[in-house]
Amino acid sequence: MSQTERELAPLLKRDYKEGFVTEIDADTLPPGLDESVVRAISEKKHEPAWMLEWRLEAFRRWEAMTLPKWAHIHYPPIDFQAISYYSAPKQKKLLDSLDEVDPKLLETYEKLGIPIDEQKMLAGVKVAVDAVFDSVSVATTFKKTLRDAGVIFCPISEALQEFPDLVRQYLGSVVPSGDNYYAALNSAVFSDGSFVFVPKGVRCPMELSTYFRINEMNTGQFERTLIVAEDDSYVSYLEGCTAPMRDENQLHAAVVELVAMKGAEIKYSTVQNWYPGDEDGRGGIYNFVTKRGACRGQGAKISWTQVETGSAITWKYPSVILEGDDTVGEFYSVALTNNHQQADTGTKMVHVGKNSRSTIISKGISAGKGQNAYRGLVKVLKGADNARNYSQCDSLLMGDECGAHTFPYMEVKNPSATIEHEATTSRIGEDQLFYCRQRGLSEEDAVSMIVNGFCKEVFKELPMEFAVEAQKLLGISLEGAVG
Amino acid sequence: MLSIKNLKASVEDKAILNGIDLEVGAGEVHAIMGPNGSGKSTLAGVLAGREGYDITDGSVTYRGMDLLDMDPEIRAREGVFLAFQYPVEIPGVTNMYLLKAAVNAVRKHRGEAELDAMDFLKLIKEKAALVEMKQEFLYRSVNEGFSGGEKKRNEILQMALLEPTLSILDETDSGLDIDALRVVAEGVNKLRSPDRAIVVVTHYQRLLDYIVPDRVHVLAGGRIIQSGGKELAQELEQKGYGWIEDQAAA
Repeated sequence: MSQTERELAPLLKRDYKEGFVTEIDADTLPPGLDESVVRAISEKKHEPAWMLEWRLEAFRRWEAMTLPKWAHIHYPPIDFQAISYYSAPKQKKLLDSLDEVDPKLLETYEKLGIPIDEQKMLAGVKVAVDAVFDSVSVATTFKKTLRDAGVIFCPISEALQEFPDLVRQYLGSVVPSGDNYYAALNSAVFSDGSFVFVPKGVRCPMELSTYFRINEMNTGQFERTLIVAEDDSYVSYLEGCTAPMRDENQLHAAVVELVAMKGAEIKYSTVQNWYPGDEDGRGGIYNFVTKRGACRGQGAKISWTQVETGSAITWKYPSVILEGDDTVGEFYSVALTNNHQQADTGTKMVHVGKNSRSTIISKGISAGKGQNAYRGLVKVLKGADNARNYSQCDSLLMGDECGAHTFPYMEVKNPSATIEHEATTSRIGEDQLFYCRQRGLSEEDAVSMIVNGFCKEVFKELPMEFAVEAQKLLGISLEGAVG
Repeated sequence: MLSIKNLKASVEDKAILNGIDLEVGAGEVHAIMGPNGSGKSTLAGVLAGREGYDITDGSVTYRGMDLLDMDPEIRAREGVFLAFQYPVEIPGVTNMYLLKAAVNAVRKHRGEAELDAMDFLKLIKEKAALVEMKQEFLYRSVNEGFSGGEKKRNEILQMALLEPTLSILDETDSGLDIDALRVVAEGVNKLRSPDRAIVVVTHYQRLLDYIVPDRVHVLAGGRIIQSGGKELAQELEQKGYGWIEDQAAA
């Protein structure tokens, strides 16, 4: 260790202040996975028969699949039979209003700073929140205001009751149930998540947000989010995630599907702060997520912004299929790994339509023994005349025990395509640090300033109030770590 | 103000400073000259607290405090300023942001109220005019894409803003054209006052035409081998460093 690292070691220790457990009675299925579990989940949700069939088919596919091994991550085998696939806080009956939500749940979200009380708006800005606790949604705010605008924002379990045809039309249309190992698992056992539908020509009047919380021990969280934006509509959606500190690893395998029709725009932002495990790499969330959007009509736009600071393992590649002509796909990412965290993340941009454009900005920060990999595919199909892509992957290293890796893939079948790729790897320089300290800044402030500067291009894509949160989170997650 | 006694320092077991003695009083400007590799930048670095040097002997007292015992940021807050030979780029961090953080760190240390955005803006505009720096530079990332001259001007802007008690200019003249040199020198001269001291480290005499020193010291082989008034700098300019090194060796 260099002198700087020794000095910074104590700063590296982070407090995970979301690590508390809520004591609440839960209705939890015993660990294990077979057909009967899939049936039980579907039954608990009073799902239509087609949904059960869909799940069962996914389950059969999953059984026949093997765990993907290609990612640059290492972990002991997951015992899928040791996990419980459903857990819900016990509530007496179906809720009509927030007043009926268990106060303990409200308290939990209050502690996390998530406003599920409509009176208390986040930073003075109206944000509609769907709060998902373990396997179920416990509260959705501003439902009525949104309905008046024609926007549907509700738990997907509720959407299956109220708008089964809409869900059926789009579910699995972007991420088919047999897409990959974790997507198949999710398709079989997902218990809740959010459903958003923005009708033609409507600009969603507020930010939509889902807050995911894992509470129960030995429980997996498998949520499914489906967002549909009809022609010329717009919606901005944000998800946040936390979990208690536990010594065991917990599995999170979500699927998010976005559908943007002609001229529609979906902006999807994630601030992921699942429990990352302790300094020695004990515990933490295994985050295996499939996120994909389809730009189905001419001029559609999908933009993914993610700030990934949590999880022991992150495996996710928010992607865009640019089906229509003149479509736009964007991916802005900050992924931070500290201590023993591992991240293998990136995107896929598949250019199908003419003049489709994509932008990839990836910022990887590795500290401690963290391993950070960018993995991205830019694919230009034959008919995608004049497709353009710009990719930029920057890695920042702190200390000499961490790693940064870049795996860019390109498949270009149309000669008129323009593809640019830039990659840099830098170390937080002792020079930069010394420069700031010579101007009077503490080491901690200097690191935070330099890292935030490094991430600026991504943070500016986040909705204002969340950008501030993201900056703070990065500060907490790092607190030093330089070499 | 600054008292250096028998200062010895090495880098990776290689001795660079071999016993420096130097007294700088309040209100004085000292020039430290010397050939490449004589230890000039090492001396500047040691005074500012840069890592990577082993202090093997000697002491440095600054306003009665043991300077070598202080963290770099504490030295800065106590009024020690280093104008870097190679100012560092910090992508994504605006000049304005860094400067405000710096000014407020110093003010906080002195127990003064931190400046708010409006007050700071007023102050920095005034100082930017002083070093003839366009305001757009304030909103650009720190030193990123700046020319050599702009970087040095930015150093002097920071100096003007922080109003240090002891300023150390490390080869501030290198890479400057004559106009930039004049601006930089004017900025420095405006800071001259009876309660401040300035140490100018330079290879050439050129800068000293503009910043006229009270004392000139010649550093060679990690020692000060000769000291004198401003005329010593002119003599060096005419004869080079060779004669003085020979003289010292004799």
